Amino acid sequence: MSLVNVTDLTVEFGSLRAVDGLSFRLEQGAALALVGESGSGKSTVASALLGLHRGTGARVGGAVEVAGVDVREVSDEGLRRLRGKKAAMVFQDPLSSLDPYYAIGDQIAEVYRVHTRASRRAARARAVEVLDRVGIPDAPRRSRSRPHEFSGGMRQRALIAMALACGPDLLIADEPTTALDVTVQAQILDLLHTLREETGMGLLLVTHDVGVAAESVDQVLVMRHGRAVEHGSVTAVLGSPAQPYTRELLGAVPRVDAPRAVSAVAESLVEGAAERPAEASVEASVEKPAEVPAKALAKVSAKVSVKDRAEPVLEATGLRREFGRGKRAFTAVDDVSLKIHRGETLGVVGESGSGKTTLGRMLVGLLEPTAGEVRDDGHARVGVNPAVQMVFQDPVSSLNPRRSVGESIADPLRARGESDEGRIRGRVRELLERVGLEAAHYDRYPHEFSGGQRQRVGIARALAADPRVIVCDEPVSALDVTTQAQVVALLGELQRELGLALVFVAHDLAVVRQVSDRVAVMRRGRIVEEGPADEVYDNPRDPYTEQLLAAVPALDPRIAAQRRSARRELATA
Amino acid sequence: MNGFGGFALRRLVGAVVTLFAISVIVYVVFYATPGNVAQITCGPRCSPAQVQQVAEQLHLDDPLYVRYWHFLEGLVAGQDYSTGTAVQHCSAPCLGLSYQSDQQVTALILAKLPVSLSLVFGAMVLWLVLGVGTGVLSAWRRGRLTERLLTGITLAGVATPVFVIGLVLMIVVCGQLRLLPFPQYVAFTDDPEQWAWNLLLPWLSLALIEAAAFARLTRAAMLETLAEDHIRTFRAYGVSERSVIGRHALRGAFAPVIALNANNFGSAVGGAVLTETLFGLPGIGQELVHAVDVVDLPVVVGMVLVVGFFVVVANAVADVLYAVADRRVVLT
Repeated sequence: MSLVNVTDLTVEFGSLRAVDGLSFRLEQGAALALVGESGSGKSTVASALLGLHRGTGARVGGAVEVAGVDVREVSDEGLRRLRGKKAAMVFQDPLSSLDPYYAIGDQIAEVYRVHTRASRRAARARAVEVLDRVGIPDAPRRSRSRPHEFSGGMRQRALIAMALACGPDLLIADEPTTALDVTVQAQILDLLHTLREETGMGLLLVTHDVGVAAESVDQVLVMRHGRAVEHGSVTAVLGSPAQPYTRELLGAVPRVDAPRAVSAVAESLVEGAAERPAEASVEASVEKPAEVPAKALAKVSAKVSVKDRAEPVLEATGLRREFGRGKRAFTAVDDVSLKIHRGETLGVVGESGSGKTTLGRMLVGLLEPTAGEVRDDGHARVGVNPAVQMVFQDPVSSLNPRRSVGESIADPLRARGESDEGRIRGRVRELLERVGLEAAHYDRYPHEFSGGQRQRVGIARALAADPRVIVCDEPVSALDVTTQAQVVALLGELQRELGLALVFVAHDLAVVRQVSDRVAVMRRGRIVEEGPADEVYDNPRDPYTEQLLAAVPALDPRIAAQRRSARRELATA
Repeated sequence: MNGFGGFALRRLVGAVVTLFAISVIVYVVFYATPGNVAQITCGPRCSPAQVQQVAEQLHLDDPLYVRYWHFLEGLVAGQDYSTGTAVQHCSAPCLGLSYQSDQQVTALILAKLPVSLSLVFGAMVLWLVLGVGTGVLSAWRRGRLTERLLTGITLAGVATPVFVIGLVLMIVVCGQLRLLPFPQYVAFTDDPEQWAWNLLLPWLSLALIEAAAFARLTRAAMLETLAEDHIRTFRAYGVSERSVIGRHALRGAFAPVIALNANNFGSAVGGAVLTETLFGLPGIGQELVHAVDVVDLPVVVGMVLVVGFFVVVANAVADVLYAVADRRVVLT
């Protein structure tokens, strides 16, 4: 008997069919990943396995059998006994998935007591035991902490501990590492792997990240629009995908172990662009002379021809920023110096809390540095320089929902003193078309656009002020991989056309490699390593960079296994 | 716990500062008004000699801050007032003298305070039990007939003035059914049982209105919590709906209920005028209205300060309870 047997599952919310005729099996002790982009229905499937749609108004069709329980037909009481006892779920966001008011040990004990007749004391002891098992240091004491006192990785471990408490046959993990830094992600995936080896439980992993799937499972089911696109062993599906969509998905995934994939970014780019980006950008510009004013072009060429001697467009020296004061003072950025030249891309990578966003904001002038200075074209900056613009991470919250996108894009123009409505409209339409939207979108509102389109609006807004430098703070981290690739391609195109310098701030090492000429690695407010992208990625000098790179999930399952054992050796050594 | 102690201490200091600020504002607003303050304070029937005496006692020749200093001095150390021949000592905390009723303000307030506190404390217990209970019930039975019924009742409760509820209660319970005698205040120290019986109707009529607000707040906060991710976690682990509601969702309603309760308790001490008048309870609210009516400035100032004291203290207590309920508060 299979552990999970799903036949022709459909889930409908009103008129929306989220899952459409999906069938799959999962044997005892096996591991299957549901992979897909947002809206593909993968999380809905996970919820359906535990009957979480019951009583929500969603219509569920087909048959779902988990550990011998018919999830659709079983009584409410039977369903409660299935949940947590036979099949346990690990949720995505570990902060919001735990009750903020109760100690973590108490929450695990509560779940344990629901399914066993254990005493309070025994349940508490079990909670400490599983917390210890998932690697929470000093578990007896930390079990009395509340969720906000744990770090993100520890919270995720605590959720896994809760899932382990009753010794389930099936673990359902819904994006278990999405909110985590890459090094922590590797630890959590390794933990899941070890637990599976030890307990022999089955794993259903829901993820948008193909790399995470390659690390963790034997079988992959690629989903799109609620349907199965491709289903098979992880080596077959990821190694030689049969379906065009799977190929597209895999093609869009940025590779951390390959040099900058020029072809993916633009067709028109000449050979050797990765080595000589500034020159390449001019050549690209020359190919489309109509779109770049002749004077600007001449300036670009002049600059580039004397590039080595030229002033950087943006230079930061000894930047430092503190938050808070007295005992609670915290240095977010500490003595950071960097230069950005015309037409090049500087990637800034780091984990959360490394100070990369603070640095980006100081470069743009949104934050005053505590010490150090920012120079534009060799001149000390006074106030805000419109030639340095920013593209923000969250395309939803960085646009005013009550104003049309055209108005938002026009803001920098008005701020510069432009008051002729006709000229403003004309320029905004031009910008909209330039970023791949339509001029007629002027009067639409942000909610009418998809995430990728909204990010295009954000880019158009940054372009409105004719910047020489754009600082992009996690510009694609909220987007699906295919959309991500499109936005990255757009940025590359604009860069070549306009001779823009880009500062690309991101946590995703692979994306940064694919867009950057030079890379700076940040840790605890400092730059630990800086250099040409390929050099940093292929021959990291700093141990932290090495550690980061080792933690990136590999797309090839065999390499993933090798890396896992390497990490284990590192840990035990 | 160290962080918690520090938080409580900071909150206490904050409360003292707030009280100080209130006293300054109240003093300035009332004593720096245009017109003859001595005449107003003394009352319309005072002779010029008496007005002169009041002016001296209020130090009206001194600048405002010196007068305020004397007022503070009286609060902390007490003060002596000469009334023509005799000297009257007003011991700390001295809020001054009511020249119209020839009584010390502190004594006047102390006489009324037990009545108001009796009324508000009892009503508070009732409104919390009724309000939170109703809120929990309607969150649990959301979307069903029970909930719609309860929502209707609480809406009616919010909309009905206290004198209507109180009057109806009195007519039905005391007049028609003769279950209780018409309320008459009996001090707790005299006879606790009679105290409770006589206060039952005032408690009910004050509590019913307040309870409606608490029911709506509890319901809204619980529904909000029920939509949160951690509720989904416990449902997905087979925790029963009863535990999810009673343990996890209710906890989320704690903070807003505490906050609203602090405000309502504080303001009801001086603001339950309608209830006090309706049931003939000689409390602070009634006395305050009377003092305002006859412009008895020392009494008005004293009462406003006392009511302010209760509002501030209630809020400080609420903040500390809040932090006990949710430790994340301590961090900010």
